[in-house]
Amino acid sequence: MTISLKPNNSSPEKLQPTGWLKYLSFSLDHKVIGLQYLVCGFLFYLIGGSLAGAIRVELISPLSDFMPREVYNQVLTLHGTIMIFLWIVPVVNGAFGNYLIPFYVGARDMAFPRLNAVAFWLIPPSGLMLITSYFINGAAQSGWTAYPPLSITTPAAGQIIWILSVLLLGGSSIFGGINFIATILKLRRPGLKLMQLPMYCWAMLGTSILVVLSTPVLAGTLILLSFDIVAHTGFFNPSLGGNVIVYQHLFWFYSHPAVYIMVLPAFGLVSEILPIHSRKPLFGYTTMVFSIMGIVVLGLVVWAHHMFTSGTPPWMRLFFTIATAFIAVPTGIKFFNWVATLWGGKISLNAAMLFSCGFIINFVLGGITGVALAQVPFDVHVHDTYFVVAHFHYIVYGGSVFVIFSSIYHWFPKFTGKMLNENLGRFHFIITFIGFNLCFAPQHWLGLNGMPRRVAEYDPQFQLINQISSVGALLMALSTLPFLWNILQSTLYGEEAGDNPWNALTPEWLTSSPPPVENWDGEAPLVLEPYGYGKKDSNETQEAIR
Amino acid sequence: MTSIVPKEQSSESRNDLSTEEHEDFRLFGLVAFLIADGMTFAGFFAAYLTFKAVNPIAPDAIYELELPLPTLNTILLLVSSFTFHRAGKFLEKNESKQCQKWLLITGALGVAFLISQMFEYFTLPFGLTDNLFASTFYALTGFHGLHVTLGSIMIMIIWWQTRVPSGRVNNQNKFPFEAVELYWHFVDGIWVVLFIILYLL
Ligand code: HEM
Ligand SMILES: [Cu+2]
Repeated sequence: MTISLKPNNSSPEKLQPTGWLKYLSFSLDHKVIGLQYLVCGFLFYLIGGSLAGAIRVELISPLSDFMPREVYNQVLTLHGTIMIFLWIVPVVNGAFGNYLIPFYVGARDMAFPRLNAVAFWLIPPSGLMLITSYFINGAAQSGWTAYPPLSITTPAAGQIIWILSVLLLGGSSIFGGINFIATILKLRRPGLKLMQLPMYCWAMLGTSILVVLSTPVLAGTLILLSFDIVAHTGFFNPSLGGNVIVYQHLFWFYSHPAVYIMVLPAFGLVSEILPIHSRKPLFGYTTMVFSIMGIVVLGLVVWAHHMFTSGTPPWMRLFFTIATAFIAVPTGIKFFNWVATLWGGKISLNAAMLFSCGFIINFVLGGITGVALAQVPFDVHVHDTYFVVAHFHYIVYGGSVFVIFSSIYHWFPKFTGKMLNENLGRFHFIITFIGFNLCFAPQHWLGLNGMPRRVAEYDPQFQLINQISSVGALLMALSTLPFLWNILQSTLYGEEAGDNPWNALTPEWLTSSPPPVENWDGEAPLVLEPYGYGKKDSNETQEAIR
Repeated sequence: MTSIVPKEQSSESRNDLSTEEHEDFRLFGLVAFLIADGMTFAGFFAAYLTFKAVNPIAPDAIYELELPLPTLNTILLLVSSFTFHRAGKFLEKNESKQCQKWLLITGALGVAFLISQMFEYFTLPFGLTDNLFASTFYALTGFHGLHVTLGSIMIMIIWWQTRVPSGRVNNQNKFPFEAVELYWHFVDGIWVVLFIILYLL
């Protein structure tokens, strides 16, 4: 009862720019910071995407004729690093988390607004630093995994910049994680129970726990790696008695959970979008919560399934195979709950819904190949081939990126007060979906037949499939155009959205679009049933809440 | 297009919380941060133990680590945790003179720890880049030493802030004090684990 919801005048006077310039300033408003994350992430996505294009151009022919091998390795490394650390992680966590979580817990801002702004402002400089390393002395060449001894023996400058930049980005996500945990657990408005929160809060709670527990391990590992590079210590340097397997263990202790840091928030976002556009309550709320927590716990103990070919002892392989297989259970539960949510609903096939359904389909495919990869004999066969590349793109692109687009279509009216053009959106979905599957599905075949990943040259027998894959990549690149056009056009001339165009019940829709600085004029609505669709007429339910 | 507006209409918004609530969740945030920091150490410890387990030449097989100095260090830190706690008791009773005295002792113990660690470094027969175990040894103790250094600096700042009448930390505004105290206990705890793993195992 002590959270008073009157505007707070006690903090020191602060001059802040308004208008669009506020997005270029050190703002403390969670909504501004959220959009800063989103736009910044998208810019990096364009860069990372161009690099992907360069990779696919190189692979059109079996010879290394478009770029030299070192350059290919640099491009590959930059691409992977940018996509993971500067696009997906900041956007599914930072952007939507910052924008939505304070609404969902009924607060006016995040728990630590300043820390929040600092977390965001670490990103642009470290991203730029990463990219400029390419022009200074050649970027890092050892892939986004930076495995030693390669990362120790390639030119030091690029690798050190890579390490610094990943350390800063890791710091940013730890700050973000702490902020989310504190906001969700400590800033809930009185009368709102944990089990009444929208599902995205649970997803972000789980994700943030993973961030806080695993990112520091990556930081420590990279610090040791940088010592190996600059001070010639021997942690991971076999010639000094060091052990590269230890690096792999430490690295994957972060990077396996990192997969969940990229997809758990996406799960949460989908769980917000599906009920609204099918006018049904989210099916199985409690099981959803438990499956998120199950994924968090299991996600922390399966890392060594990336190391089946690194000479791990058989007992270890057995343990990690079984633990990995268990993750399919909570994930499967979530999948069935989404389908059950859709089942018999009044589904409107708008762009947001299409992308979410696309996500479900792609994610099932990626999940199945994931379970297959957890089986040691199979993994030994396809390890470090394009099968793995296909698998993780089904997860990270077919999973997280599809959800990011879905969420943009869904929340754009809230961000700007304008509607997006639905037909352009559907068009965008169709080319993305076709392009994506054309690009990555054939890579399963490449991998099964033995085309190794991370090489600029390959056996000519794989050329046709590679060309098909490159055509798919081209389609994906083209699909960005209708999207960008849509955003531009709608922001300027779009139809007015009104406060709640989807007739939704979650709290962010119960304020004006775009929302006022402190989220609500007057008191925050107390939403105890964010998914109460169909119980009464949803409009009535909404009136009742007001 | 750009107009400068006063805070109330600006984008700086805050949640209006009572002072206790504010402290409560700031401490909560600090605990989350310490958990993260602890995980960094956990990663280092795990690396060290794995190196030791998989490599035939364990550190104790090459070098006999001397125990007297690190034992002294352990005692210094444990005592300093206690003296910090004393200082807190006096802060509560608003006896700022006493509080400052105990803080000063705590800070001195921290510095003594660092000096004694320096001594240890000078007497060791191996250098950072000699081999894997030398590297791991310095990485672990060095990273912890960095924490002690930061902690000692923060203790000095707190000491400065608890002076009367002009200091800003008192029994009304205890958060900075409690935060540093929590951090210091944490650094102590890590040392005990480190001492066991590195010197005793
Ligand atoms: C826009 C469409 C994309 C295309 C055409 C594309 C293409 C590629 C290709 C051809 C590789 C090289 C695989 C190898 O040789 O190992 C690759 C690697 C990779 N991609 Fe993508 N990619 C795309 C989007 C993404 C996205 C959105 C992510 C986000 C996480 C991503 C993450 C990665 C990672 C982590 C690697 C591995 C890099 C490494 O092994 O160092 N990609 N991508
Ligand atoms: Cu994994």
